[in-house]
Amino acid sequence: MKLVTAIVKPFKLDDVKNALELIGIAGLTVSEVQGFGRQRGHTEVYRGAEYQVDFVPKVRIEVVVGEIEAARVVDAIVEAASTGQIGDGKVWVTTIDEVVRVRTGERGADAL
Amino acid sequence: MVNTGDTAWILTSAALVLLMTPGLALFYGGMVRAKSVLNMMMMSFGALALISVLWVLYGYSVAFGDDVGAGLLGDPAEFFGLSGLMEDTTTEAGGLPVMAFVGFQAVFAIITVALISGAIADRAKFGSWMVFAGIWATIVYFPVAHWVFAFDGDEVTGGWIANDLRAIDFAGGTAVHINAGAAGLALALVLGKRRGFGRDPMRPHNLPLVMIGAGLLWFGWFGFNAGSALAANNTASVAWVNTLAATAAAVLGWLLIEKIRDGHATSLGAASGVVAGLVAITPACSAVSPIGALVVGVIAGVLCALAVGLKFKLGYDDSLDVVGVHLVGGLWGTIAIGFLATAEAPAAVDGLFYGGGVDQLWRQVVGALAVLAFSFVVTLIIGFAIQKTIGFRLTEDDEVTGIDTVVHAESGYDFASLGGGGSTAPLGGQARAEARNTEGSRA
Repeated sequence: MKLVTAIVKPFKLDDVKNALELIGIAGLTVSEVQGFGRQRGHTEVYRGAEYQVDFVPKVRIEVVVGEIEAARVVDAIVEAASTGQIGDGKVWVTTIDEVVRVRTGERGADAL
Repeated sequence: MVNTGDTAWILTSAALVLLMTPGLALFYGGMVRAKSVLNMMMMSFGALALISVLWVLYGYSVAFGDDVGAGLLGDPAEFFGLSGLMEDTTTEAGGLPVMAFVGFQAVFAIITVALISGAIADRAKFGSWMVFAGIWATIVYFPVAHWVFAFDGDEVTGGWIANDLRAIDFAGGTAVHINAGAAGLALALVLGKRRGFGRDPMRPHNLPLVMIGAGLLWFGWFGFNAGSALAANNTASVAWVNTLAATAAAVLGWLLIEKIRDGHATSLGAASGVVAGLVAITPACSAVSPIGALVVGVIAGVLCALAVGLKFKLGYDDSLDVVGVHLVGGLWGTIAIGFLATAEAPAAVDGLFYGGGVDQLWRQVVGALAVLAFSFVVTLIIGFAIQKTIGFRLTEDDEVTGIDTVVHAESGYDFASLGGGGSTAPLGGQARAEARNTEGSRA
């Protein structure tokens, strides 16, 4: 089992969600996050005083899937989230030891 | 014989000006960080309450009682508690019940004190602020109001700026704005810089609040300026239109400077331009033509937009630019009369540009500098006295934690969807403490 984590531009969330639904992903977790990569932040001006805002708002999407599906999920996210501009984000995959469905107690692949 | 039209307009104007102080609370409150918003607003509301009481007790009497000597002070005992003013008396100019004038002038005293609070955001003990407000009103504002606003009558002697110097200050460029601006500078020096000033970003936490506040100030200011005619007449109408003209021009002036200097015309700049224009036209709105008002306004916008950068260069933390907007704007508006006054306006005086020579100009400069110097020096003394006795500034830890939670035991906003993990105790914490003790979890 794999955890696919994607950090993408907030306005791309719907595109990514739709792309994942199209390939049959049953569930995902979304959170609003802040940070910076190469894009860095932006500058704001208040009565002439400039403030450098380093953290850029992004969306983090997490999907838990089986080994075989992970590559397809990554491809779908990358295709849907890409604008070609700086700050499009990153996707990474990590291995998961165990998953449990709380309601039934099912474990492993059955819990997905 | 009471003039009902005049009375209706002045009572309305007084209510308009009263609303300016809650407007100022919003204007200032939006400009500070979220952790200080309540304290910022409380300083205005505290001034509203305290100065109203002092005005009734002796403030009106000190400002408008018969002069006790040299045009410096009214007799505090003459109208103590507003005694003797409830009968059907009218002002010497005629037509207006004295009580209407008492109310109208009260709200000027209130907002002048509240204005000062912008210079000391985030870091002043609330109790010390209230003590300061009472002392400052008593020994600075009430006498200065007497200097500027108390005119000689058949049976009463007024203040020296109004009658001997004869500087024009229609609605309070000196008594209100230069006065509050100089006091703000003094207090900023007494309290010192906020922790992280010039290094940490101290962004305004809610610019829509600032815009609402600026809107309320703008609205109320028509009562401030047009009401200062003390009648519903042509002078009031001229003042009203000049107030409209100068403010609009100041917004454009401020935004133009921002666009050239920073590359962006900002909402905070627009709101600040509103106030800068209003401040500058306040003393001048009865003395200049509408074109003169446009000139006063656009220059006010430009000057104040440049002046708000001074604090970073000179290293004093006038947090919300009381100096940059009110002192600079008030000085400009007061002195501009010496250049731009026209005899065609209700004040009927020609300035330098209209062939009047420098006669009015020097009067304006002397009046402005006298109020500036008096206010600055006396405020420094009051500020240091409070700092050395009961303390004026919060501890560093409290300032970092946030003045709202430390001083007022409240927070302006609750956006935490998980809550604070706490429980409620209806009796001031007593029940919660007992519950914890019986559980034995916290002996």
